Amino acid sequence: MIEFILNDKIIKTEKHNAMVLLDFIRNEQNLKGTKSGCKEGDCGACTVLEGTYKNGEMVYKTIVSCLTPLANAEGKHIVTIEGLNQNELTPIQKAFVDQAATQCGFCTPGFIVSFSNFALSDIKPIKSEAINSVAGNICRCTGYKSIEKAAEDISNNLKTRDLNNKIDWLIQNKYVPEYFKNIPEKIKNLKIYDSNIENKSIIAGGTDLYVQKPEKMLESEHTFISKQSNFKTIEQFGNICEIGAAVTISELEESNILNKIFPDLKDYIKLISSLQIRNMATLAGNFVNASPIGDLTIFFLALNSKLHIVSDKNIKREIYLKDFFEDYKKVDLNNGEIIEKLSFEIPSENHLFNFEKISKRTHLDIASVNSAISLSVDNEAITKVYLSAGGLAAIPKYFEKTCEFLKDKKISSQNIKNAAKIAVDEVSPISDIRGSKEYKLLLFRQLIYAHFIKLFPEKISINKLSEID
Amino acid sequence: MKNIDSKGHVKGESIYIDDISTQTGTLFGYVFDSPIAKGIIKNLDYADAEQLEGVVHIFTHKDIPGDNQIGAIIRDEPLLAENELHYIGQPIAFIVAETESIAKAAKKLIKLEFDEKPAITDVVEAKEKKHFIIPPRTFKLGDVETAFKKCDYVFEGEASSGGQEHLYLETQAAYSTPAENDCIKISSSTQGPASVQKAVAEILKLPMHKIEVDVIRLGGAFGGKEDQATAWAAMCALATYHLKKAVKISLHRLDDIRMTGKRHPYKSFFKIGLSKDLKIIAYEVDFLQNAGAAADLSPAILERTLFHTTNSYFVPNVRSTAYSCKTNLPPNTAFRGFGGPQAMFVIESAIAKAAYELNVDISDIQKNNLIVDNNEFLYGQIAQNSLALKSWQCVENQFNINDNFKKVDDFNSKNINHKKGISFMPICFGISFTNTPMNHANALVHIYQDGSIGVSTGAIEMGQGVNTKMLQVAANVFSIDKNKVKLETTNTTRVANSSPTAASSTADLNGKALLKACNKLLIRLKQTASEILNTDFEKINLKNEFAYIDSKKSNLGWNELVKSAFLKRVNLSESAYYATPKIHFDKSKEKGHPFAYHVYGTAITTVTIDCIRGIYDIDSVKIIHDFGKSMNEILDKGQVEGAVVQGIGWITMEELKYDEKGRNLSNALSSYKIPDIYSVPKVIDIKPVETEGEDMAIFKSKAVGEPPFMYGIGTYFAIQKAVKAFNPNYKANFDAPFTPEKVLLGLYNK
Repeated sequence: MIEFILNDKIIKTEKHNAMVLLDFIRNEQNLKGTKSGCKEGDCGACTVLEGTYKNGEMVYKTIVSCLTPLANAEGKHIVTIEGLNQNELTPIQKAFVDQAATQCGFCTPGFIVSFSNFALSDIKPIKSEAINSVAGNICRCTGYKSIEKAAEDISNNLKTRDLNNKIDWLIQNKYVPEYFKNIPEKIKNLKIYDSNIENKSIIAGGTDLYVQKPEKMLESEHTFISKQSNFKTIEQFGNICEIGAAVTISELEESNILNKIFPDLKDYIKLISSLQIRNMATLAGNFVNASPIGDLTIFFLALNSKLHIVSDKNIKREIYLKDFFEDYKKVDLNNGEIIEKLSFEIPSENHLFNFEKISKRTHLDIASVNSAISLSVDNEAITKVYLSAGGLAAIPKYFEKTCEFLKDKKISSQNIKNAAKIAVDEVSPISDIRGSKEYKLLLFRQLIYAHFIKLFPEKISINKLSEID
Repeated sequence: MKNIDSKGHVKGESIYIDDISTQTGTLFGYVFDSPIAKGIIKNLDYADAEQLEGVVHIFTHKDIPGDNQIGAIIRDEPLLAENELHYIGQPIAFIVAETESIAKAAKKLIKLEFDEKPAITDVVEAKEKKHFIIPPRTFKLGDVETAFKKCDYVFEGEASSGGQEHLYLETQAAYSTPAENDCIKISSSTQGPASVQKAVAEILKLPMHKIEVDVIRLGGAFGGKEDQATAWAAMCALATYHLKKAVKISLHRLDDIRMTGKRHPYKSFFKIGLSKDLKIIAYEVDFLQNAGAAADLSPAILERTLFHTTNSYFVPNVRSTAYSCKTNLPPNTAFRGFGGPQAMFVIESAIAKAAYELNVDISDIQKNNLIVDNNEFLYGQIAQNSLALKSWQCVENQFNINDNFKKVDDFNSKNINHKKGISFMPICFGISFTNTPMNHANALVHIYQDGSIGVSTGAIEMGQGVNTKMLQVAANVFSIDKNKVKLETTNTTRVANSSPTAASSTADLNGKALLKACNKLLIRLKQTASEILNTDFEKINLKNEFAYIDSKKSNLGWNELVKSAFLKRVNLSESAYYATPKIHFDKSKEKGHPFAYHVYGTAITTVTIDCIRGIYDIDSVKIIHDFGKSMNEILDKGQVEGAVVQGIGWITMEELKYDEKGRNLSNALSSYKIPDIYSVPKVIDIKPVETEGEDMAIFKSKAVGEPPFMYGIGTYFAIQKAVKAFNPNYKANFDAPFTPEKVLLGLYNK
């Protein structure tokens, strides 16, 4: 049995907990406003709101219902376009009509839901942030310019939003219907049913599994662990940072601890999938999925991170992330074991970090090559360095030899050129849809250059790197 | 006026095929398709699949009572494969089950044995083997051979442009229901309801009047549902015919991308000759169109490629030959621009090549050769009211072009990590179906006794706002509030034999038919008013829902007038037919006057590339566009913006890749990327060129659907110029799309 609130209605369903929310909404509840565009989380047409009761209030975020198992809706408030509709158009809907931001209309409900979440959030009401809120929504008709204008109207209208009485203000101004007021009361009464972990596959966000084998998911029983609170914390113990396995990418992005360590964190995260997926996909999911191009994996590889693994018999072990990947999609994880958390040593003051990702489309795309570097410099020489890159081998790659070479070297164009040569020699990528072998190798060299140009703009420039040969 | 569908759209209340309330007992269809690109079926065993609980029936070509054929131009495409397989994704069987998931499970139980044969995916190979859909066609003007001898400069080269997935957000879908007396009603996501009706009637060996096709709206189409919506409707209808049950299909995105055709990839070989003063004297080109495995609309698309050989330039000596090459890809099909963009990319490449070799700016050649009045197009039509030069000059003046060029040079001399490029892109696009008989439309208008109006036309609403324009026509003729007019669904029982919504012409054709119908009704209503008001017919005018005698308002309001007409037994319904006058084309000579008019315009595009990473941003696209006298500025501007971005997508990031076995590697939204909100130009500035408009267009408001797509081509050359600015050794080639991969390789090739 799964209980949740769908719009203003309490749902109690015996449906398979792996059924996707989109199918439940459209087929079981006959709510046809949520559209099915791609069933792989890449278009945002099926976007709905997921509300969680937290510290006395509801916190909403957008998710793609096509990749959400029913189990992950448990105890939540799910809102579809129908749950936002009122007699009059909401200010968001009105902005869309006014700016002709809808043509064929098929993607539109998804955009309206995403913008409504922007209104429900505490994010500063400015145009660029409003645009960020729909970055996971694809439109094929408008060319987005009219949607940008709507985003401007929407953020202007929200300028007077009262964050202290947010829901009241939003109800008063017709952004959301009145029933939103009563959701916290209702949601507290939902029953959460225990799930038994034994002999079932364990699934976190499921954002890749539901792309790869949606039908298979209904053929067996699973345990969904996204909500387990013991895997959801980001903590600092002295100079060690620990991140729970079920922390989502969005939660990483919002973490004060991580933002302090990585001042450019928000820029990096923006390159990873879409907002909706970031709200769903988890840290450990990215590791276990073992994609050679996993963005988070590459990020944490360059921090020399450790995984903390626990078995069903409560036996614990630790393994370096770089040793976790054995072969293509093969990881060092035994039956009954799960990743509990990740930890890494917080680098000292004179530490530098950079993450680069290049894909055919800069946002909401899979990398051709991604790379991260973490290094400490003392007296112009590199004292500590970790370099990782994806898309170049069967596994997310840590560059042992290159790091060895760079250690104790001075930051000079010649050293970086040599390091890049060594790095390129460490891999032999294959040509595929993400790029030819020739391209990937050139791009990897360039990303190594980019790391140093970005971190040492006074010392390193592209023309200096191009000059020496 | 805003799109009349907007309110329904923003509330998620607009209905697409998959949202239609289904009848109890509706069954679901799923297609079993070819896993190989070429081969012979040895055995098809679906006994196990049919045994699966919930499977109702599995249909093959043997169940087709009529012609197993959906080819509209050439009868070369079976609905369901018989013996031969020609592409991956070719439908073989249609599984019908109680639920979609049962049908999907059944698919896995079907066993197909086949003899696989080597597939052809490359156009050059297909041409060498003479695998053609139709014999090659050649358009000629002047005498190229003699002319090339007189040229001061001659350059040769090749240009390739890639395919493009339509990626309409609503996938292909159809819902067919049984009606009494063996009739079938089909709701289809099609641009061509009459084509669906005709194909289904032939497949089922039924007269057309037994098949009713109804279309509410499409969730995007862009040409992808002009011909290729037919198969799915036909399969559902076939199942309904046999089972007497409602049957629905709504393709999964992956199935849609795998099974449907796309924009045609082209490979072309050009030769361009210029005089010392940069006049193009001669141009020769061979177009190799990758048609895929069946004709579909390829012959018509090939024809439009020929028509647009020289874009908006006058070239006195031209020889243009086009080959429609048969390969083992899904049959490629219509896509916004319909072969025009492919042709224009080649002449722009030829001009760029000449400019690079001569070390002049591309625009020096472009501007010097724009077509002016009384110049002859290579197909014999004489340019009239050409706005090629005027739109170019407007761009120069209104967007301060000299300054922009200087800024780009300054930027490039000061920056190393980034370079900018700037390019012009003029366009000239002919409006009309190039197949003259298709240029017609019908409209049906009912004025109900309460004064409200229902309008039916053959136009399909697919986001472009054609229904809104139709509503404007009716409301304008009667001078009544727009809320009094309702646009009905597009339905073959109300408007028969319609042409598909395509060729940018739909508002013109249907609008003109509707205008005629409304005018006929207007005359009758004015007659009635003159009788009621006891005055001369000539003195009566209808304005703002009142009858006026000369310029004096009477007491006779619209509703009362209509009611009186009804009681006086005046016919309040009218239909009218419109066929575009003046146009003709003689295919035996490849000469004529095929277009009602041309749409002109010029765009200027500026890009910035990141020379470390090979990625790029489009800073701006500024456009002077020939709208005629736009009847709906907000809709028309939306069409330009959407088309430009789609064109930029085609020329930059949208890359279709097939392996040697004909398998589409870019088979999902995760591997085929279309523009997102971050990747579009930061600025798109669109201004109208001042013009009197065009009488052949509805309310002088020119067609707008396709022409602006081709502004996107300018982005290719802006990127290329930026790459050249970084890498003096860069060897310019013309191979769209210009992906970040090609940019980076270009930046560092030696």
